[in-house]
Order: sequence, then structure tokens, then C-alpha cells
Amino acid sequence: MNINFTLLAAQTADSGTKMEIGDAAITALFGYGVVFAGLVMLMIVLYITGAVFKSKDAKVKAQEKAVLENVKKEVEANPLTVTPLALPCAPGSAGHVKLHGVPDKEAAMIMAIVADKMQTPLNELRFISIKEVK
Amino acid sequence: MNILETLENLWNGSGFQSFFVGEGWKNLVMIAISCVLLYLGIRKKFEPLLLVGIAFGCLLVNLSYFGPESTDALYHPELWSAFLDEESEFYHSYGHVLSHGGLLDILYIGVKAGVYPSLIFMGVGAMTDFGPLIANPKSLLLGAAAQMGVFLAFFGAVCLGFTGNQAASIGIIGGADGPTAIFLTTRLAPELLGPIAIAAYSYMALIPMIQPPLMKLLTTKKEREVKMEQNRNVTKTEKIIFPIIVAMFVILLLPSTAPLVGCLMLGNLWRECGVTERLSDTVQNALMNIVTVFLGISVGATTAASSFLNIKTLMIIALGLTAFAFSTVGGLLVGKLMYLLTGGKVNPLIGSAGVSAVPMAARVSQMEGQKANPSNFLLMHAMGPNVAGVIGSAIAAGFLLAVFGK
Repeated sequence: MNINFTLLAAQTADSGTKMEIGDAAITALFGYGVVFAGLVMLMIVLYITGAVFKSKDAKVKAQEKAVLENVKKEVEANPLTVTPLALPCAPGSAGHVKLHGVPDKEAAMIMAIVADKMQTPLNELRFISIKEVK
Repeated sequence: MNILETLENLWNGSGFQSFFVGEGWKNLVMIAISCVLLYLGIRKKFEPLLLVGIAFGCLLVNLSYFGPESTDALYHPELWSAFLDEESEFYHSYGHVLSHGGLLDILYIGVKAGVYPSLIFMGVGAMTDFGPLIANPKSLLLGAAAQMGVFLAFFGAVCLGFTGNQAASIGIIGGADGPTAIFLTTRLAPELLGPIAIAAYSYMALIPMIQPPLMKLLTTKKEREVKMEQNRNVTKTEKIIFPIIVAMFVILLLPSTAPLVGCLMLGNLWRECGVTERLSDTVQNALMNIVTVFLGISVGATTAASSFLNIKTLMIIALGLTAFAFSTVGGLLVGKLMYLLTGGKVNPLIGSAGVSAVPMAARVSQMEGQKANPSNFLLMHAMGPNVAGVIGSAIAAGFLLAVFGK
């Protein structure tokens, strides 16, 4: 098959046609509007699904709170028989961490930083206790 | 054997001789440009995974293609001209490309068919945690606002005399999303693919230099110091449902986004569903790397001197920078609006992360926020607009494709 490559090369042309500046302005505004409209609608959908899950989450939290309050009452009633260590561990947890003068949030941050510095996944480390040095 | 005649034939058949014939000097210029790009990729680490491949593709094509008569070229622009010419007997004939093309022509089929950008999106989806966006859906507004540069650059390109298709392809550089830019350009203005891809990836690498001056210019120190409240926890179920909802919603809204959004969300579903770790791992690593190899080298191949060295390339580079700058401005302005409407609870710096470029733009927000207030941690807040920008640029591309695509 003989192909006239020179002729084909000469056929290289700009894609599409020239636009009027007014049309371009309308297209640009309309396009920006479509992007906004699309993402706003998606945002509404996400808020609706989020609300559904938040209400479910609130129910679960209320149940957990009720369980914790029951445990707390039991601890107050029988301080020697139930210790914090007897509370159920989180799934995958290696046990409880003893915190000495360190709030929960700060302890979580410290553990995350240690795991990051050691380049070891957090679930492969076990923290026995965290104590604030004053 | 006539030694002199043999030497003369060797010289006439060599690439060295071609540099001194006709417009062969342009190839020398392109080789120099490819070396600069290699330097930027290797030494300066400008998006090296793609830029090194693109630069080497550029080098290969300009070493082997000196015009339609080049028989040993790795890439033949004229084959693709025939492919796109409705009056040619080879219109949309991949068979013709396969039987007459060089190595890079064959690899380029994956770009032309939109396979590589879509697969890259699949990998991006598998690597992205949409949790910050799900926790704070308002981030989507910032992702939308940061598409301003796309449409301003589109308008600017039309004013400079580009066709509608070309202007749309140039504008999408402002989406700061390489695969989307490549995907759209191969469909609307394939003749501009080389300069657009190079501009898109170069500017993405330059985000840490382009964005901070604009961030400082458009925000006050008080605004930059704002510490944002921690996002709520997102459940596993929400993360699984998210890609399904987004795929259904966005594809139904703009069917032309199906390849990009579909692959992005499939990759994300593999990541989140918890039962396809092997696939998620393959898509994030092996597949992503393989496609990056093919994409880089074949995009680089489109930078043949004959089509790259012209005033349009310079205009595209200037418009690309404008697009990036205005996308950043758009995000920041809506960020400031949110700051005002929420009574100072939103740090406007997260707005600039709306220009996809994941996660570079979010890191820049974090760095600037921390400069203003060392105890500021904006990264996770900025990841919301950042991933929203990926969806936003895909919608912008879908719109432009719907308007200008055949």
C-alpha cells in the first residue's frame, strides 16, 4: 500500500472551529455554573447520607454511654471488684494504657507520633503507660 | 565496495545529517528542551514519575522523526493526522496505526483511546481517602470554586484566536489534573497534547511556588491563623457508599465523565470495601506504575519539533499559568467567603487546595497555615477541597467534552 505521507502531513489542522468571544464568555460562565451546580447537588446528597449515619452513630453512642454509666455505677458500688482494666478492650487492642496526668487526646497523639517516628504501624506497638514528666 | 560511497550513504541515512536539512534544526532545539525537562524532573524533582518519561519520549521522537519521510521514526504525527481526518481512508483506523506505526505510535493508542488516563484515575481513586470530604461536604464548594481558572483560561484562549476545542483543552490545565487534561485534549485537540501535558505537569510541580504568593496576597494574617475544629469520624460504611453514590450521581449528570469518574470511584471502592485488598494494592502500585511508564513516554512522543515549536506552545504555557493562578484565586475567594459566613471558623487557606493536584496543594495549605500559626494543622481539612477538586475538574472536563466533543 502506498501512502502519500506528505499529503497527510499537510492535512494536519486545528481541531474545532473558531468561536465568537461572546459565545465563549457565555460558555465559560455556564460551564462554571454547571460545575458549581453539580458539586452543590453532590454536597446535598452527602449531607443527607451523612445525616442518616450521624443519627445511627448517635444511637450507638447513646447505647455505649448507657453501658459505661452502668459500669461506672457498678464501680462506685463495688470499687474493689471492678477495675478500669476489667473494662472491655477495643477490637484489635493489646490492652489498656495507664495514663498518668495525660488526657486521652494527648495520649492518642503521642502514640501516633511514636508510631510515625518508628515507621511501625500503630497496631503493632503496645504502650504500657504514658506519664507526664513535669 | 566503494568506501566513500558507503560512508556517504551512511551519512545521508543518519540522524546527524537530518539536523542540517530543512527544518532539522528544530529537532536540535527540541532535544535541548527535552534535556532541560530531564534536568527538571531528575534534579529538581518536578513530578519526576511522569516528567522524566515525557522528556525521554520527547527526546526519542526528535531523534528519530525528521518529517514524513522518516522511515525509522518511533512516532509518526502524519499517521495520527490521517486517523483524525474524516476524509481519509484511514479515519479512526487503529489497524493502520498498528501496521505502519513505530513503537511510540502503538503505545500512544492507549492515550488516544483514553485508556491510560482512566487507569491512572483508577489508581488515584485507590490511593485517595475521601474521608475528609465526606466529613465536611462543604469542601465541594471549594473544589468547584477552584475550577475558575479552567473557564477563564478557556475564555482567554478563545480571545487569543484558538478554536473552541483547543481553548477547552488549554483551559483544563487549570484543573491541575494531568490525566484529565490528557483525556480531554486527546478528544478535543490532539494536536496540542504535547504542550498541554508538559504545561499541566510542570505547573503541578510548581504549585509550592505558584500558590503561596497568591495565598498571602488574598488573605490576612488573622485569617491564616485560624485553627479549624477536628472533622467528625467517618464510618466505614459511609466510605463504601461514597464512591457508589458519586459514580451514579456524576455519571448520570454528565455521561461524558464516565471513564474518569467511573474509574476513580471503582479504584476507591476497591480501597474501601475491605474485601479486595489485592486489587487495591495492584491498582495503587503495579498497575499505576505500568500505566505511568506508557503514559509518560507516549505523551512525550507527541512533542515532535514540527508540531511543538511554534508560538501556540508559548501561548499555551502562559495560559496554563493563568489558569493555575486563577483556580487558586477562585478557591481562596470562596474560602474567604466561608470564613466570613462561619464567623471565622474556616481557614481560607484550604480554598487553594481545591485545585486537585493531590496531595501537593493540600500540603501547601498546611505549610502556609503553619507559618502563620505553628500550632495549626490544616492538612486533613485541606484534603477535603483537594479531593473535591479532582471531582470538580472531572465535571469541568465532562462539561467541555459535552459542549465541544463530537
